[in-house]
Order: sequence, then C-alpha cells, then structure tokens
Amino acid sequence: MKKVSFAHMGYSYLGFKQLVEDMGFEAVVPPNPSPATLDLGVTHAPEYACIPFKMVLGTYLEVLNKGAEMIITSGGVGPCRAGLYGMMHEKILHNLGYNFEIFVFDPPLTGLWSFFIKLRRVIKTAGISWLAFVDVIRRAWAKLKLLDELEQLATGIRPYEVKRGDTTRTFHSCLKIVEQARSQKEIAAAREECRQLLQSIPRDNGRRPLRVGIVGEIYVLLEPFMNLEIEKTLGEMGVITHRSIYLTQYTATDVLAHGAQDVRQLAHPYLNQFVGGHGQNSVGEAILYAQNGFDGVIQLAPFTCIPEIVAKSILPRVSRDFGIPVLSLTIDEQTGRAGIETRLEAFVDLLRQRREQMEARSNAALLPGY
Amino acid sequence: MQPCYLGIDVGSVSTNVVVITPSGEVLSSIYLRTQGQPIQAVKEGLRRVKADLPEDVRIAGAGTTGSGRYLAGAIVGADIVKNEITAHAVAARLEVPDVQTILEIGGQDSKIIILRQGVVIDFAMNTVCAAGTGSFLDQQAARLGIPIEKFGELALKARNPVRIAGRCTVFAESDMIHKQQMGHNIEDIICGLCEALVRNYLNNVAKGKEILAPVVFQGGVAANTGIRAAFSKALGQDIIIPRHFPVMGALGAALLARDSVNNNRETKFKGFEVAEEEFRAHSFTCQGCSNLCEIVNIEEEGNLIARWGSRCGKWDTLG
Repeated sequence: MKKVSFAHMGYSYLGFKQLVEDMGFEAVVPPNPSPATLDLGVTHAPEYACIPFKMVLGTYLEVLNKGAEMIITSGGVGPCRAGLYGMMHEKILHNLGYNFEIFVFDPPLTGLWSFFIKLRRVIKTAGISWLAFVDVIRRAWAKLKLLDELEQLATGIRPYEVKRGDTTRTFHSCLKIVEQARSQKEIAAAREECRQLLQSIPRDNGRRPLRVGIVGEIYVLLEPFMNLEIEKTLGEMGVITHRSIYLTQYTATDVLAHGAQDVRQLAHPYLNQFVGGHGQNSVGEAILYAQNGFDGVIQLAPFTCIPEIVAKSILPRVSRDFGIPVLSLTIDEQTGRAGIETRLEAFVDLLRQRREQMEARSNAALLPGY
Repeated sequence: MQPCYLGIDVGSVSTNVVVITPSGEVLSSIYLRTQGQPIQAVKEGLRRVKADLPEDVRIAGAGTTGSGRYLAGAIVGADIVKNEITAHAVAARLEVPDVQTILEIGGQDSKIIILRQGVVIDFAMNTVCAAGTGSFLDQQAARLGIPIEKFGELALKARNPVRIAGRCTVFAESDMIHKQQMGHNIEDIICGLCEALVRNYLNNVAKGKEILAPVVFQGGVAANTGIRAAFSKALGQDIIIPRHFPVMGALGAALLARDSVNNNRETKFKGFEVAEEEFRAHSFTCQGCSNLCEIVNIEEEGNLIARWGSRCGKWDTLG
C-alpha cells in the first residue's frame, strides 16, 4: 500500500486522513507542528521565506522520515511568492535526497486542465473509480465541515465556561469521537454526540463576552501552534472569536470560486486589486466585522508576508473610518507565549473600556433631561 | 500603620519594585537588572524595598506586570496580574492626567499607547525585532567602551550626526563600524544612532498612529538625553519625561492593585518573608501527544504553587 501524506493545518488532518485512507492508501498522519517541526523547516528553508513555508517544509520532512512516498497538497496562488511554494518545497526536498511524488493542487479555476490531469493520476494510483472517489470526497467533506462547526461551537462556549479549560478538554475528546466516525451516518451521529458534550459544559450565562474577528493569512490563522492558540487564549479572557477563514467555507468561496463577492467589494475603496494571499480579504473582512458589530479585529500576519504587509498598512484607515480597534500581530518563529499574551490582554482591556464608555454614553442619552 | 501598595514589574532587562501610598505617592522604588533570573530579581527587589521602607508600612495590595508577571504574581501572591500596556497607561495618567500619547522603550520591547479622554484607544508593540530597544543601546555602549549613562550626553555634543541604518540592529551595528572606520567622531555616530533608533520607532511601532500632545516618554531608555532630543526633533514638539520614568510599569501595577483591593478585600500578598523562601522553577516536556508541550512547575519550599504551559489544559489544574 502506498504511503501518502499531506500538510497539517489545524484540525483538518482528521478529514484528510480519512480521505487518503478511503482511497486505499496508507495515511502517514503529519504530527502536530512542534518546535522540532520548526527546527527542521528553518534549517532547510530559505532564510527569507515566511513561517508557513518553513513549517510546511518541516512537516513534509517529518512525514518523509516516517516513510511517506507521496504527498498531496494544495498550492498557493501568486502573484505573491506563495504561488511558487509547492515547486520550492519539491525542489528542496529532492535536493535533500528524498524520493517521493508530490501533487500540488492549485485552485481548479486557475487551470482546470492541469487540475484534472493531476486528479486523474492520483485516482489512477489509488485504483478506484471516479464514482467511488466522489463518495470518498463527500465523506471527507462532511468530516471537515463537522470539524469547522465544532471549532466554532467551542469558541462560542469557552468565554462562558465556569471551570477554566473545560471547553478545550471537551473539544479534544470530541476530536477523538470525530476521528472514529467514517460513514455519513456515523459522522451525523458524532455531530450530535459532540454538540451535546459541548453544550453540557457548565456555563455562566451572566457573562458578556466581547466579540473579536480574526483576519490574516490562512496557515497562521488555522494552525493553533503557529498563532500560539490565540482563540483559546482570547476565549479564556472572555472573548468570542470568529475567524475570517474556516477551511470548508474558504474552499467553497475562494478555492472553488473567485472569492466572496461582498468581501472584495468592501475592500475595493481601500485596495482595488488582488495582491496575493489574503491581503485583500483581510481588508474586506475587517470591514465586514465592523459592520456586523464586532468589538475589534485582530490581524495575523506572517513576518515578511507581502499581502499582509499591504493589508497592515491599510487597516489603520479602516479602523478610523469604521471606528473599530484593530491589532496587528506578526507571527514568526517565536514559541514564547508571553509576548502575544501581553498584547492580547492589553487589547481586551482596551475593548472592555471602550464598551463601558460607549454604554455609559448611550445610557446618559436615555436619561430624561439630557 | 498606613496601608500601602506594592507594584512589581519583571521585564526582560530590569525588575522594578515600587511601594506607593493610597494617594499614589511613591514611597520607595527599586530598579534592578533581571539578569535572566527573574525569581532572584524579585526576591532581591523585595529585600531592598523592605529595607528602604519605614517600619510602620503595611502592604494592603500587590500587583505585578511585565513579561514575568505570572511568575512574580505566583511568588509574591499578587492581587492583580496585569499586562504592561495597561500598567504603563495607568501610571502615565497619574502623572500627566491629560496625556494623549505614551512612548515607551524598555529593554526588549518598545510600545506606543494612544489615549483620548483618559482611555486607551490604540496601542502597538514591536513584534518580531528588538531593533531600537534598550538592549541594543546597552550593547553598543559596551562595544564603544562608553558607560550607558554617558551615552545621551555624548550624543548632545554632536555637530554633524551621521546617518546610521536603523531598521535592523545588525545592519545598524555594521553601519556604525563602517562610519567609525571612515573617521567620523564618536559623538556624531552616537547621535546618528539615536536618530536612527527614533526613526525606526516612528516608522515601525508608531506607524499610522496619530501622535498628539501631551507626549510622555517613559521606560529605561527615557534616561537617555540623546534619544529624548531625537524624539523632540523628529516630532517637532516637547516631550514630557515623568518623574518615575524608569519604574512606570511597577507604579501602574501598584495603582491597579490599590483599585483592585479597594480597601475592602484582604490582600493575597504573602509578605516580604517570601524573599527568604526557596522558589524553584523546573520544566518538563509532556509526552502525552505530539504537541510536546513544555510544562513549567513553580515550587515554593517544595510545594507546587503554579503550573503553566500545556496546550490541551491537561496540566492546568493543580495537584
């Protein structure tokens, strides 16, 4: 059986593990990114590459060392250098002497034919029919959707939890339940079970959490190791977070289509072109969060990421025009949490004070005689 | 016995301890080097501040801040553990009530805090690079064989400041060396360095922020007259240096402790005796999953008092 692996991005590995196994391959599950992954990636990547590039390279080295013979991954689209990342990874790994096959799937709309050719080769290697493949994809998709749903549910519950850490612990047991579910029926049952587990966490509903939207580059947004668990940290500080990217939603709007229309339209007065990566999205989504009454926006930008640098320089204007506080965080090799925690705590303090002030003002307006 | 409040700021380079009266007046302030040993620094700070205080002082509340705030909080028994941005803003507001901009440069970080009508509305902190912080100035002073205290004075003597690349400390250092080799005098180079540092700060940390007067400059680097002058020149306005500029974080933590205890709650402060107790921090790598979290245990006289570092929450509960 061919040993197949893939990149690690948040909890999606559970969906991809099933996808690969159901196609009849042996899945080499990438380990959770760790300082060891980082070391491997940093050692072999160009110094100036961004952290997602280095981490993904580190992950590939780990799975190749575990015997993977084939890697299936998705490509980035230019014009930023992410468009060349798949090729760069392949070249570096081949130069290091690894013998393996890599399939980099770019969004089909950027080249339908090459997408089809690659897919046909993968399916042929697997030796399954197109019909069977459709079923495999559907089940993996259902699993990925469930993972996204549970993650959002957990972030909505965490700020209310009575006992700190309950939600995170329950969420991790949910991951185990989801891992076991394979058929559509089992996935649906796992959904019910996990929802119930999360819903039954003791909560203090008297709390009034803040709401913060998180925008930025996909890898640092989705991988908790990389963003130093920003969502858990904020949740425990009493903040409900919402990410601009959840894998299944993003696949539907940006990978299989030309991006969410409203987001691009909103960004247009500030940034009227696609600058690569998620630059334009970050601007548009910050505005969307402001319009939806969020208390603040946090931007996660990999160090040296050009699209996010462009967005970062525009966000102060968005912040002023829409009256929403924005905090930009640059993500690189650091694994120390103190720095990011300080900034998040200060940001949450700022948002709380701001809310109090606004409420005081509107209460004053309601008093007769004013 | 008057109730007083203790504030401790454990930073990367310095550890500061302040004791204030209920009205916010500073009774004692200690500025020490952390030297990579935060536990020792906190104990030493407590010892010194105790020796400095009149006998009849009773600590009614304690607060900690700085990057070592959780550690310090666990050691002394803090009533409040607060990030340094909030602490700095609280302290600056006490000294300059209508402050609108705070520039703060410490050992390893630099920040800007924007306030309007007394409320923090925006802030930024350097994220990936320590260019233009106290450590760099320290290092350059040592390389040039000049005591750091003399640095600012020399900068003010410059006639023709040379241009130094300020974006990265490595670039700055090699640029400085090249200019030295070309024969520029030391005053001009130091002044150029101060200007480069300020330029980098304004262009990086303070990018896109509206800097309105009154502008307060605090943190250890505010002692440097060369940097002060470079800031006034670049901003075209006067810069206010608060009286307690090197210990503003600790002062803020003490003020926050005062407000948090608010006269009606018993303090969690364990007393100055903790300075004589033994604290140990040791870490281990959890092998529970591939995250390989680094778990840190803090022990007081052999008893576990705090633990942190796990991602899944497995080790968050004590015992």
